Amino acid sequence: MRKAPTILLAHGAGGYLSHELISTLFLPILGNEILASLDDSALLPISGATIAFTTDSYVVKPLVFPGGDIGRLALCGTVNDLAMVGAITLGIAASFILEEGFSTNELRRILDSLRAAAREAGVEVVAGDTKVVERGAAEGLFITTSGIGLVPGGVNIRGSCAREGDLILINGPMGDHEAGILLARGAFSLKGTIKSDCAPLNHMVSNMLKASKDIHVLRDPTRGGLATVLWEIAQSSQVGVEVEEEAILVRPEVRGVCELLGFDPLYLANEGKLVAVVPEGEAERVLEVMRADPLGKESAVIGRVVEGHPGRVHLRTAIGGHRILEPLSGEQFPRIC
Amino acid sequence: MRRKGSDKERLASLMRELSELIEGDLRVMEVCGTHTVSIFRSGIRTLLPENIELISGPGCPVCVTPVGEIDRAITLAQQKDVTLVTFGDLMKVPGSTTSLVNARAEGSDIRVITSPLEALSIAQVEPKRRVVFFAVGFETTSPPIAATVREALRKRITNMYVLSSMRLIPPALRALLASEKLALDGFLLPGHVSVIIGTDPYSFIAQDFSLRGVITGFEALDIVEGITMLLRQRKEGRAAIEIQYQRAVRAEGNPRALKIMEEVLTPVDARWRGLGKIPKSGLALREEFIAMDAAITFEIPCEDKDDPPGCKCGEILQGIARPPECPLYGMYCNPHHPVGPCMVSSEGSCAAYYRYGGTK
Repeated sequence: MRKAPTILLAHGAGGYLSHELISTLFLPILGNEILASLDDSALLPISGATIAFTTDSYVVKPLVFPGGDIGRLALCGTVNDLAMVGAITLGIAASFILEEGFSTNELRRILDSLRAAAREAGVEVVAGDTKVVERGAAEGLFITTSGIGLVPGGVNIRGSCAREGDLILINGPMGDHEAGILLARGAFSLKGTIKSDCAPLNHMVSNMLKASKDIHVLRDPTRGGLATVLWEIAQSSQVGVEVEEEAILVRPEVRGVCELLGFDPLYLANEGKLVAVVPEGEAERVLEVMRADPLGKESAVIGRVVEGHPGRVHLRTAIGGHRILEPLSGEQFPRIC
Repeated sequence: MRRKGSDKERLASLMRELSELIEGDLRVMEVCGTHTVSIFRSGIRTLLPENIELISGPGCPVCVTPVGEIDRAITLAQQKDVTLVTFGDLMKVPGSTTSLVNARAEGSDIRVITSPLEALSIAQVEPKRRVVFFAVGFETTSPPIAATVREALRKRITNMYVLSSMRLIPPALRALLASEKLALDGFLLPGHVSVIIGTDPYSFIAQDFSLRGVITGFEALDIVEGITMLLRQRKEGRAAIEIQYQRAVRAEGNPRALKIMEEVLTPVDARWRGLGKIPKSGLALREEFIAMDAAITFEIPCEDKDDPPGCKCGEILQGIARPPECPLYGMYCNPHHPVGPCMVSSEGSCAAYYRYGGTK
């Protein structure tokens, strides 16, 4: 069982198997210097400027959930991927794969929601495509969005830019999106509502960059959650990361769901959160701007980049012990975005 | 995850008491996989004195399910019109040739559920499918499974079956102690199982083996208090079954849950991975419910099969080997490519060691 001859749902969970699929199949065939950086957006140098380019597909189930729907998610996801390299969005393209029999009323509602999210983010959908597949070949609706953006001069944000001494910031509690989807799916006979945190982060990022252009890394902890993103940063920058469990906020209802299902909130997906790695001297100013944003009221410093253990993430637990954070392995839960 | 200051003070005071009480070595088995995970997640091992050894026990239902029973479930899933439903942790456990997750990718209808009642609703909604619930679990899980079986009979649902790999904890602890391979001082007994069965079924631990047991909750604070209570008993020269997890466990257990188990299920001899065949340690459907017993209806034999070559899950489940001592651990067996079940299950001790960087 060393090799998986067929694609498993876990290959789409954003954890170790996703990485393995990309590094053993996609990169050897399609790889180049730009793709290999594996940042949220590709950075393309074009006559003195840097263009950011990204794409993402959305297969979330259910299509509508507390706090959002597939339309809002598809728009925010791509806007956020551009924001995570500091880019200002120039335009979004959206492709829709529709299943035969899907209700146009529901489609209209999802498009309205996508448009509302675009207005919130101050971006526009400038290109698109539709395809229809026979009943059973898609579940209602899949959306792929792509985005193009311009990276302002002097900004250089990449997963590989974390440096010893940097502080690590997040903008609020972890796990709301995935816990919300879990409950919305109702498959676990659990009752209650947790709202997804799905939101466009571009305004907050642009204000953070106004406060300091010297932001080293930005990442949105989507699939695989905070733990996986911290591990990715430690790996691509070849630095050690230390975080404090007590500084990482998790809503009691999210923790409750995790305890019942044996999940770890640090591995749950978020859709309106970011991890920022900034030099210590800039941290206070950046944090102030984050806290002033409606999406960052609960922002906090959760840890720092350290000299020891390059490529590894250490967590100091709430009771003062410590443990290592590994990337997500296998499927924690499929089709959450 | 923010915690109140008073918890920290309580922890500090327990740690002080623990260091004062400890004389010589203390070897404690935490029976339940949930304890193992909590111990690693909270970093308790990194705080305890060196001479306290925590040994992970057989309390991971997925881990103790032998290869032959996994194979039988996979074969069943490949039958015509069969929908196999089961708990998520079982999906990745390797059988002798494949796993449920691979069988699903190759086209078998295998679905993950988290509550037995979901099996019933699938059977209701899809009457043409033969819905087989591959049921694993201890005394915590078996009452809702029993209730579901009774409900299926009441609703006259004829397309739902149970393939039982359910197990009972006390007979396994007796078998462990009888084998004399372990020099233990006591047990942290499983909180959730004990909510159902209470203290009585553990009394043999104190009476027959003069060992101690504390039924313990799952928070870090609970676990440290459980260890402290074991130390107090030793200091006072007592051997008893005590309850730390007072907020959930009563000495008599949960009579309603016990009654429904009794009504639907009956103890049978069962094979455990690592521990071999243990008398009256499994649960099968009673005679009245036999039409729903997949093991009988589908006539798929369950063969005794060896664990994967090199895999030490058996010894790890008995507490006589630690995960890093397995030659496969890490390089050849890890959560991404597991060989044995202890690396698969979220409650497995190998997975806990690997995930949380345990070496101690």
